[in-house]
Amino acid sequence: MQLLNTIVAGFKEIWAHKARSLLTMLGIVLGVASLVGMSALIKGMENGMKESMIAMGGADKVLIREEDVPPDQEHLADQAPGRTMYDVIGLRESAPLLRLVSPEMRVNGAMITRGDKATWPSECVGVWPAVLEMNLHTMGHGRFFSDIDEEEARAVCVIGTGIRDELFGSPEEVGHEIIPIGETIQIRGQPFTIVGMLTHYESEEERREREARANAPKQEQAGPQRRRGWGRGNWAFWRKNTTVYMPLNTSYIRFRAAGDRDGIPDWRLSDIDIKVRDMGVLEPALQQARNVMMVSHRGIEDFTFQTQENNLDQINTQIRNTRISGGTIAGISLLVGGIGIMNIMLASINERIREIGIRKAVGASGFAIFSQVLVESLVIALLGAAAGVVASYGMVWLLAHITPTGNLPVITPFALIVAVCFSAFVGVVAGLFPGLKAARLNPIEALRYE
Amino acid sequence: MALVELRNVSKIYHLGGEEIRALDDVSLDIDEGEFISIIGPSGSGKSTLMHILGCLDSPSHGSIRLDGTMIQSATTRQLATIRNRKIGFVFQFFNLLPKLSVLQNVELPMVYSGISGRQRRERAMAALEQVDMANRCKHRPSQLSGGQQQRTAIARALVNNPRIIFADEPTGNLDTHTGEAILDLFRHLSTEGRTIVLVTHDPEIAAVTPRRIEIRDGKIAEKLDLTLAGLSPKGARVPHEAGGAETQGS
Ligand SMILES: Nc1ncnc2c1ncn2[C@@H]1O[C@H](COP(=O)(O)OP(=O)(O)OP(=O)(O)O)[C@@H](O)[C@H]1O
Ligand SMILES: [Mg+2]
Repeated sequence: MQLLNTIVAGFKEIWAHKARSLLTMLGIVLGVASLVGMSALIKGMENGMKESMIAMGGADKVLIREEDVPPDQEHLADQAPGRTMYDVIGLRESAPLLRLVSPEMRVNGAMITRGDKATWPSECVGVWPAVLEMNLHTMGHGRFFSDIDEEEARAVCVIGTGIRDELFGSPEEVGHEIIPIGETIQIRGQPFTIVGMLTHYESEEERREREARANAPKQEQAGPQRRRGWGRGNWAFWRKNTTVYMPLNTSYIRFRAAGDRDGIPDWRLSDIDIKVRDMGVLEPALQQARNVMMVSHRGIEDFTFQTQENNLDQINTQIRNTRISGGTIAGISLLVGGIGIMNIMLASINERIREIGIRKAVGASGFAIFSQVLVESLVIALLGAAAGVVASYGMVWLLAHITPTGNLPVITPFALIVAVCFSAFVGVVAGLFPGLKAARLNPIEALRYE
Repeated sequence: MALVELRNVSKIYHLGGEEIRALDDVSLDIDEGEFISIIGPSGSGKSTLMHILGCLDSPSHGSIRLDGTMIQSATTRQLATIRNRKIGFVFQFFNLLPKLSVLQNVELPMVYSGISGRQRRERAMAALEQVDMANRCKHRPSQLSGGQQQRTAIARALVNNPRIIFADEPTGNLDTHTGEAILDLFRHLSTEGRTIVLVTHDPEIAAVTPRRIEIRDGKIAEKLDLTLAGLSPKGARVPHEAGGAETQGS
């Protein structure tokens, strides 16, 4: 009840000096808006990075990379076997800490044609069905390869929607979605039957952009239809969409066995990806994999493991750095806002010395005066914070409209709570000194004050 | 036991090494229901005495007992409560809050005694009735005449039903006619049994009260000024020496 009166009195005082209070609040408004806006941008960035990471196969994917032999094995470099199916089978049979082993054999220079249309896939590789789980793929239409496809090295393939767009036309151009299951395409001149198509992968922002384009009225196009260039949209998603998979044996027998390397059959794999059972056993699992591969490589260490951890670490430090610098800037502007409040509160109590004297004469305790000043300062800060929250939503909305291809800034409740609590804290601190000063005023001197 | 007991109270100001004795060894009793004027020339220490009596200021030496409470050992918080519950002030310059309405000004003491809004309104209206200001309750002080402002201030002093009311030159800023009306109001309140202490330098005003205390140079004067003799109204209650000046030892 008492508190309510104090709060009402605080509001009245602020209302009585609208312009002044508004200007004072501005500091807090800017501080809160920059704090919330900054954290929203960072959150958006983080989300974008996580999306890309998942598009590339998730954080638990480990690449087995080819590497130069260590110096002490240089004399054995010629005998380095490279990554082969021996490794894959060895890992699958003898490394129980691995959940998934996915071999890949690239088809080099794979131009894909259909009639007069041609395209170059981001990767055209022979794979096992394990690749679906390895690279986090989802079948959109049709099927993946069967054992028979693998065994007989059948000329079948699974394509991403990007390949479909280039060879058959994209839904945007055609007006409806073409599902080219059963169609035949040429990979390096050899006919392949499409048995399946992966779903369309896109980032959150690409989805928004696509929807915006779909809703926008169709523009009249002058001249010939222009091709969409490279690097359009998110690289990770583009890459994933322009994938062509075929059975591993197919890629070997049809493209490698006849001699890819100076007439000698090249059975080396272009990639082995593994996933461990649990991220908690990453270290022992990699040790296990290494042991297995040391056997199949006859002790020649021409391989290395590349985890996403390094990547993740880098992303995290980057995010943390941005967060710290952004937070510091926002914190400073909030502090400046707080100094503004303190300044105004000091001016305000100086104007009201006589009033304070009168209030004390009729029985206001020092504490009552103190809490009134404090509440007033707090109310200014909180009103500023509320305006700042509204402003930050406006800012985020504006940013989303100005740069629709950027990562969508995301306002988190945590950021809001931190910003509001911090402004409340600033408001209280700014009110402390003026409040104490007002509470300590001698009633007689205050009454005599002109 | 008297309502207020002042014993050997001194107030000393130090100004650049010089000692100013605004009050010098003052002892004084005020009983419940008394109507007293404190009179003396300018600078004699009347206001200082009133501030000390009214718990706005603390003495340098001496003791004060107000309604059974020793004031000089009370904390500032206790003093605030005493000012709030037991004392009403009326000032020469009215001292109303310009931003509040008449009603809100009168409600102010009750805000600090934690009385609910509804009750506050009722009691403030009742106090305004008493001073005949109820019809102006929505006005701002700046929209009132001096006399009206002073009556509002009196309503504010009355509203918490204090044990004692202090008025420092309440008519000092008013013309003679309005001043007389205010004095009549005090006299009326006195007949209702209120304890009132009126500070003035005007003997004519002091003549209204049954008991007078004269102050000179911070001391209570031994003898009543001759000009005031015989002006005392008859039948008024004077506890100690009838109509005489105060000389009270401890
Ligand atoms: N804060 C102070 N510092 C120093 N001296 C003071 C202070 N307040 C009052 N005095 C001195 O104390 C003496 C008494 O002052 P006080 O205000 O009580 O006089 P007064 O009788 O009320 O006079 P007036 O009729 O003019 O109001 C004066 O000499 C004054 O100069
Ligand atoms: Mg005075």
